[in-house]
Amino acid sequence: MTQAAMSQEERHHPVASAWRRWAVAVAAALLPIVLALGVGALILLALGADPGAFYYHIVKRGLLSWIGLQDTITRCAPLLLLGASLIVAFRAGLWNLGIDGQFLLAAVISAALAPVLVTVLPVWLVLPLVMVVAMAVGALWSLLPALLKAYHGVNEIVTTLMMSFLGISAANVLIKLPFDDPTTTVPQTATLATDDRLPRLFGSTINVGVAVGLAVILFIHWLMTRTAFGLRLRLVGANPRAAVHVGLPLGALMVAVFALSAGLAGLAGAVEILGVWGNVRADWNPAYGLMIIPLVFLARFNGIAVIGFVFFFAVLSIGGETASRKAGLPNYFILVLVALMLIFLALTEWLGQRRQMAARD
Amino acid sequence: MTMASRPPEHATGAAEPIVVLRDITKRFPGVVANDRVSLDIHPAEVHALLGENGAGKSTLISILSGMQRPDAGTVEIRGRTMRIASPRTALDLGIGTVYQHPTLVPTLSVLENLMLGASWRAPMNRAATRARLDEIAALLGIALPEDAPLGSLSLGQQQLVEIVKALWRGEKVLILDEATSMLTPQGVEDLGRVIERLRDAGIAVLFITHKLHEAVRFGDRVSVLRQGRKVGSLSPEALGRLAPQEAIDHIVDLMFGGTADRTGAERSRAHRARAPGERMVIEVDGLRPAGDPDAAGEAGVSFAVHEGEIFGIAGVDGNGQKQLAEALAGQRGTEAGRIVLDGAAIEGLSVRQRQHAGLRYVTDDRLGEGTVSAFPVGLNLLLKRIGDAPFWRHGIIRNAEVERHARALIAEHDVRVPGPGTPLGHLSGGNVQKALLARELDDQPMAVIYNKPTYGLDLNNIHRARRAICERADEGVATILISTDLDEILELADRIGVMLDGRMVGIVANDGDAARRVGELMIGVGARA
Repeated sequence: MTQAAMSQEERHHPVASAWRRWAVAVAAALLPIVLALGVGALILLALGADPGAFYYHIVKRGLLSWIGLQDTITRCAPLLLLGASLIVAFRAGLWNLGIDGQFLLAAVISAALAPVLVTVLPVWLVLPLVMVVAMAVGALWSLLPALLKAYHGVNEIVTTLMMSFLGISAANVLIKLPFDDPTTTVPQTATLATDDRLPRLFGSTINVGVAVGLAVILFIHWLMTRTAFGLRLRLVGANPRAAVHVGLPLGALMVAVFALSAGLAGLAGAVEILGVWGNVRADWNPAYGLMIIPLVFLARFNGIAVIGFVFFFAVLSIGGETASRKAGLPNYFILVLVALMLIFLALTEWLGQRRQMAARD
Repeated sequence: MTMASRPPEHATGAAEPIVVLRDITKRFPGVVANDRVSLDIHPAEVHALLGENGAGKSTLISILSGMQRPDAGTVEIRGRTMRIASPRTALDLGIGTVYQHPTLVPTLSVLENLMLGASWRAPMNRAATRARLDEIAALLGIALPEDAPLGSLSLGQQQLVEIVKALWRGEKVLILDEATSMLTPQGVEDLGRVIERLRDAGIAVLFITHKLHEAVRFGDRVSVLRQGRKVGSLSPEALGRLAPQEAIDHIVDLMFGGTADRTGAERSRAHRARAPGERMVIEVDGLRPAGDPDAAGEAGVSFAVHEGEIFGIAGVDGNGQKQLAEALAGQRGTEAGRIVLDGAAIEGLSVRQRQHAGLRYVTDDRLGEGTVSAFPVGLNLLLKRIGDAPFWRHGIIRNAEVERHARALIAEHDVRVPGPGTPLGHLSGGNVQKALLARELDDQPMAVIYNKPTYGLDLNNIHRARRAICERADEGVATILISTDLDEILELADRIGVMLDGRMVGIVANDGDAARRVGELMIGVGARA
């Protein structure tokens, strides 16, 4: 093929092929969801529930009722931040699976700190300050896995998971001992007054946390795709040996990735506490982290796509609570749907690769 | 390495062909990889398929081995038209393939690797596997350490295991894809003996190579592919009539249609416009690369390279050349020694600082560390300048600048690629190397270390790369040329240092007697420095 012929080809098709690629990507992302909902319907039938009613209640509660929609949007905030956290780590080829521990520990510190700080500082200062502290807490909790990975090559999947268990336990210890609010009977931290929490948007129950989440995930997407720093991280992820070859400080970058990723997980914890709960009860652990991982994979580490999937999942989980209750199923049934999506994601991925190989042939 | 090694009386081609490819055509978007290629493969005959990178050899093999389906044309096996729908079909039809890239598991033993092919339902049968292995090993005239982990074997031995695997089910056709590319000269010799035994045992061997002398050395019959078409072939009878040099001349004509630069050696040497200058650009004194206890003796490595000089580093692969190159580039620490670039000590500087000082390293591991396959070509061309102006401003990428830069380099170095946005992994080996050279030679280098710059390339790209090296040297670039190809060193270098066991055992001027002296130093005869 000559140079001229190639550039001509390029001139003729870029728009069409870009659209095609886009359409294929969207289809590849949506197909697992459709299949999962289909198989989920079969399982519901087998359990004696009416799948139509089940999905109807999900949509009605999670999307179509104003109260439910507010809950859904509010739920998006921590999920978006956790998604951003994972995008940073996964794009850099590092598996930070400890975000639940980082999230919870930061949440507890936020819950302990905020009610005390509002007595001495103005609220507009306390809220960002607590967020920064929460990020630092999250980052600190990832330091050990980061250093072990960066300088001793210890598998971060194991260490971050272990640190996550430790973090969850430590958070409970903190709630039950030093931060326990003596005025309540159940062990929990002091409660941040509703007026001191993150401001609500337009008289709704939605707080600005979702705006923070959106801003952060868009920023992270931009950071990873458009900046030199993001490119260096992607280089580490795509080919660590090339990173060494071109002279990148591999260890320092890895520590930075962990700090950023875990910091965002910590921020998610702060936003959830400062915006929604105001305190942390003992044994509270929403385990958003494990649920967001499949979504980030479905979105193929693309920040914009994560926004869509997070919203979808938020509808599913808010609406699912109602739908499960009405169908007489445990709330965990939503996790079955998520698991099915992941299985079908893997399948479509595999088929896509086979198709690609066939096309290359 | 002459044709005399072939038994001239050997009856080849007498039998009916076992495989006949007829008018095989395979198109990819924008390219015709195979254009009506016809090929006969006879039992008890080595059919050498020769062609440059991108000539369509790999496509043809993948059709034969069931990885791809032809768009047109037929494959006849033992006289019957067959459809090779999958690699499994190919094996069922008795076609075994040894691919260019290893397909075995390094941590498993030789025996275990061979048991992998068995059905997952079948119980593992060590004794039977061992017996079959012994049987094939006897056929090949080789001995393999059956219980050693595969990774502990030399590359040559690993390849023998691949051959054993390809013949496991009594395959009668063996395809060897660029089988010599990983091997030492000794390994090539050993492989040659194995191929001869296979042929004598009646097996049809399709030997794919881009190296002319190998095609002539191993092939009973030679076919030449060029730009997807078979441009000619030499039957055993024709080959037998021609003297080796005549055969080579004939094949070169086929391959390059008279445009070949066969006297490239003389030409590129004559191309050196300038004699090396007096100014010392790189001085290496007592350098001991870290990390390899065997490499580098106590004294370390010392040499100097002048402005515009090509300093060749010869030696059999694995004698510390890579460690030396990495230590010079800053990728690997040093235990002792000094490196001076243009009067300033750089041994304490980082990789990036050395790059900024004007030192470049063209790695031999092009895909492993030199490039990122998933990234577009444009970014690969700037991989060592991430964050630098004008391509990034305040740390934000300026795609227009990146693309402009990429287009300029792609045009200048004739990288065959649809566009700067194409992932580098889609490029052929020769074009990856062009891109790599384009990157390293861009932006006024002062000194360049080339590690095996033409390894694995086809003739045209070899000449192109060598010309680029010479041109840069003429512009005053101090050049360190590490190569295991002695001819290349003799062709390009002004002076030649020889490495053995991590030490520089001698430095000789590249004059009339250099080949003999360098050869002696390489194998450990001759004076030690």
